[in-house]
Order: sequence, then structure tokens, then C-alpha cells
Amino acid sequence: MGKTLAEKIWDDHIVRSAEGEPDLLYIDLQLIHEVTSAQAFDGLRLAGRKVRRPDLTIATEDHNTPTLDILKPIADPVSKLQIDTLRNNAKEFGIRIHSLGDADQGVVHVVGPQLGITQPGMTIVCGDSHTSTHGAFGAIAFGIGTSEVEHVLATQTLPSSRPKTMAINVEGTLKVGVTAKDIILAIIAQIGTGGGQGYIIEYRGSAIRALSMEGRMTICNMSIEAGARAGLIAPDQTTFDYIKGKPHAPEDFAAAQSYWETLFTDADAKFDVEITLNADELEPFVTWGTNPGQGLPLNGSVPNPADIADSEERGAAERALQYMGLEAGTPLKKIAIDTVFLGSCTNGRIEDLRAAASVLAGKKIAPKLRMLVVPGSERVRQQAMKEGLDKVFLDFGAEWRNAGCSMCLGMNPDQLSVGERSASTSNRNFEGRQGKGGRTHLVSPLVAAATAVRGTLSSPADL
Amino acid sequence: MEKFIKHTGSGVPLRRSNVDTDQIIPAVYLKRVTRSGFEDGLFSAWRTDPEFVLNKEEFKQGTVLVAGPEFGTGSSREHAVWALQNYGFKAVISSRFADIFRGNSLKGGLLTVILPQAAVEALWVAIESDPTTAITVDLETRTVSYKSVSVNFELDDYTRWRLMEGLDDIGLTLKHTDSIDAFESKRPAYKPKTLPIRI
Repeated sequence: MGKTLAEKIWDDHIVRSAEGEPDLLYIDLQLIHEVTSAQAFDGLRLAGRKVRRPDLTIATEDHNTPTLDILKPIADPVSKLQIDTLRNNAKEFGIRIHSLGDADQGVVHVVGPQLGITQPGMTIVCGDSHTSTHGAFGAIAFGIGTSEVEHVLATQTLPSSRPKTMAINVEGTLKVGVTAKDIILAIIAQIGTGGGQGYIIEYRGSAIRALSMEGRMTICNMSIEAGARAGLIAPDQTTFDYIKGKPHAPEDFAAAQSYWETLFTDADAKFDVEITLNADELEPFVTWGTNPGQGLPLNGSVPNPADIADSEERGAAERALQYMGLEAGTPLKKIAIDTVFLGSCTNGRIEDLRAAASVLAGKKIAPKLRMLVVPGSERVRQQAMKEGLDKVFLDFGAEWRNAGCSMCLGMNPDQLSVGERSASTSNRNFEGRQGKGGRTHLVSPLVAAATAVRGTLSSPADL
Repeated sequence: MEKFIKHTGSGVPLRRSNVDTDQIIPAVYLKRVTRSGFEDGLFSAWRTDPEFVLNKEEFKQGTVLVAGPEFGTGSSREHAVWALQNYGFKAVISSRFADIFRGNSLKGGLLTVILPQAAVEALWVAIESDPTTAITVDLETRTVSYKSVSVNFELDDYTRWRLMEGLDDIGLTLKHTDSIDAFESKRPAYKPKTLPIRI
């Protein structure tokens, strides 16, 4: 019997396997950032261990960095210590680092692909759950905890149990105004936050093949929101074209590509689970609750918990509506928004900024609303400025910031206040995720932009 | 890592599903560069509510957290495990855990026990009717027991052995350095490297 794509990559990285033990997997690349690495480097020092492969490791500053006045000393002393610790660790252990002010500083999952060091057939880890983003290139990429970060630093391997495989087939053609973000929000709403638990998801089908690399990254990025260990997409010409010309594209491109072309699921391979979605029927999607599975088409209304049969889900919906300050039956398009956040590893790349700018051009921001535009990396920011997108955002009335994770997780000063409601292109609508007491609706860049124009959740078709 | 063989303590019933790691410990608490001192951030938003279970006098001594399904979804932050441990929890029982959280917990010696949802509900009822109920989580026999009830749970032999011996994963892997060397010698040249830097 043939193998799935995930099985092929997994098998190509087994250093050692033994009955009754997890496989020892070789890791091709580890990405590092300030929040989940300090304790790992401390562990190395305590044990007198070195970083085995500094040349397969790269660090950037993103989670806890300011997006204003980035070249001034960081105001919060605790944040400053964390950034300084990363810089010192990188220096001590000989690891490449892209610090504030550098063109390749930015959200770790935007930086890897833009440098061309994310390539098909790799195993990639990072102490961040959205590492699944890199799966868009046909790589097995997954988030790990700090103990595992230390393990990979010391050994360049990770003991891992082989995940099960799931295929999600998205067939058909997306309507105008429906994007990769809507596909993945619809998938999570269908399979739930635990639906992917224990699986690597392979996204397949004509609607996936038609997506750009950036759209594919948006899809794979949120695999973790469905509980999956990782998500990936088989590489094709779109993938090869994207990598070509990037700084770390292979010198012997032909040799690399001939391997990459073997990376697909064999016709006779069998997935443990298969799910199919019709792309023709998809609409712009938005979340109404406090987990990413609580989402609906934007034309819908806030659900009534009483209509939910499962008692656990009903209770969760009741709590979510209370936290979100929403009444059952309210049309989603009537929900007024205070803040629009455009950015993150989900939707902070150049195509996302272009899409939003195309909606905002020549318009003015809704009264009392604020909009933060935070490019995923400094390189994305520079590209946007080259195209004049910064002017579009500023003329519209949005704030044009420096790169970082920013309001996606509200670790730096970019936060919602208590009761403040956002439409956000990020990935998590958990209670307090964007600031204590803040209320988050997850949306695509197009919906975010249209919402900033009208002041209520909207799609460009409503303008 | 401290060995885990058996733990007996009282329980804390957390009747919520989808307890994500942002609830366990919000991002603003992740700025520390140590592995300790995270107990103040544990469930910090919920702890402002006097009715929250951790604020109730009868559950303040609890060391076994009994939670709803999909515990630990979201971020990979191991700080969530440290916060639970720093607070004093030795084990968490749920019918379903998110993969990364579970991996982190078992690396760090916080035992996450998967029981059927019906067994979790029965345990909630037992703890709520008598908060002093002693709960024993026994890795040797792979059982959770309280009063006259005993429920088996599954945990693979390898992880169980590692926890019971308190073994460091890195030390175990370094015994196979020869295999890692051999694998590396066969890696194709086109695989990317981060150094030297190319721009």
C-alpha cells in the first residue's frame, strides 16, 4: 500500500525506531523566539550542553516586542529582560538572530518562509503552536513546549509518536470575497477544536490547489485550532515558484525540486479519516464565541444555546454568549466593533495587507473605531510601503505599526480593554486572549477591512 | 525530573470544557525567564470571581484537578504546566487533552490522566459532595481510586516508565548519538541551513 505525504516525510526523518518507544525524529529546522526559549537555554547551561546544530536554528523577536518606537529601549523592564535574554543566549550559543530593526525581524512564522528556509519535505519545530503554518510548503511542522525546545537544541531530534492521518478535501471554487481564512474557520466549525486531535491533517482538493502560498499558510496555520498536531499541503509548482529566488532557496534547485516532486500522497494510500467540504457553498465566516470552533457564516445570527442538543456544548455556548455580551438571535452583521486588528502569523503577510487596502482605498474609518495594521515582518512592512499601502491605511484612519505578534495575543502593550470588542484577523478568540475582558471575533482581512468602514461586522459586498 | 509513582490528594472540580492555555495562564504572565513563580497567573482571570472553584475554602488544598473535555487547547506554552505545578497540582484528570499540553505535562512530571467523561462526572459529584475525598492516582497500577471506586486509565509503557524513573529525555536521547551522527552524514546537501546568512 502507498503512503500519505505525512507518512513519507515522517519516515524520511526517523533516526531510530524501537518497539514500544516513540520514534526518534530528526529535526531539519528549529525556530526560536523570546517567550519559550529562555528556560531551555538555562537547562543547557545547567547540564553543560551545547546547541548541536546552530546552523539549523534561527531566532527572532516577536511575541513580546513593541510595535511603536521600536528602536528606543523597551519600556517594560520585564519585557526588556526577556528580549535581552534571547539576544544574550543567541550570542552565547552562536545562533542567528533577527532583532528589532532588522529586515527579517517579525513573526517567526512569517520570517521562515520569506527567507526561503521553509522548504518541502522538512521537519520544522518551534516553541509556538502556530508552527503548523510551515506545513503549507509540504513540511511536517509543529509546535512544542520549552522542554522539547531544549531537547532539539541539544540533540537536533525529538522523540515523537507517529500521528494518525486525516484528509480534508476542499473541492470547488470559492466565491468572490471568500478566502483561505473562511475555509479554515468553516473547517474548525465543522470538526471542532478537538476534531484534529492526534492527527496530521493534509488539505487537498481543487480549492486548496488554487490558493497562493500565503493562502495555504493561513489554512495550515490554524490546524492547531482544530486540535491537530500539524497540517500540510503537498508542494506543487506554486510552492516551487514561491521559494525560487528567496535568500535561502537551494543552490542546486533542480536536485531539491526532484525530491520535492516525490512529496505527494500515493493514489493507493489510505487516510485514517477523510472529510470533504464544498468550496462553492462557503461564505465569509466569523466567530461568535470564545473558541475558534464557535463560528458561523457572516449572514447568520448569534445562535440560541437552547437549540444545542449536546449539554456540554450548550453550557459552553451559554458561557460564551455571556462573556461576549451577545444576545441569541442577533444578526452577526448588527454587532458593533470597537477595534479592528489586521496582522498575525495567520493574516499578516503582504497579500493580506493588499486585500484589506483594496477595500479601504479612498474610504474613511467608521467613527470611534480604531484599526491597527501590524505587518507580519519588517520585510512585509517595507514591501507594503514600497507599494504605497501604508498611505492607504493612514489616509483611511488606521494606525500603521511595526512588525510583531502584537494584539494577536496581547502580550505587549497592544491590548483590548475590558468589554472592548474586536474584529481580528488573528487565530484565537479565547476569553481575554487580546487583553483581559476583551471580546474577539475572528475574521478574514476582507471582512476586517469592510468592518472598519461600516463599524459593524461586514463583508466587502455590504459596502 | 521528580519521579511520579503514586499521589494521593484531594480534588478540585473544574466543570468547564475547552479550558485553553490562555485561561490557564494569560500571555502577560509569560514574560518571566524562570520556570517558577507562575502560580499567581494560574487561571488569573477566573480567580477574580469569588465563586470560582479555586477561591472556595474547601478546595484550597486540592492537588488533583478534575476538568472538562479538551483541557489545554491553544498555545504551546509550557508555562501552563509550570503554573499548575507551581500552584501545587500533581495531576490533572480530563476525558480529553490537547496534544501539545499533554506532551508538555508528561515531559515535566505533571501527570495528565484520561478517564471516560462518565468517570469524570462521577468524580465531580464525589468531590462536590465531600471535598475531603482522597483521590489516589497510581501509575504502578494505572488506576484512579477514591472511596470504593477504582477506574483504570491508559498510558503507554514507555512514558509510564520514564515518569516512574524520573528520567530526563535528553539524557536518554544522547545515548543514541551514534544514530544521530549516522543520520546526519546521509542528509542531502540541498537541505537549507541558517548559517552562513544569505540575504
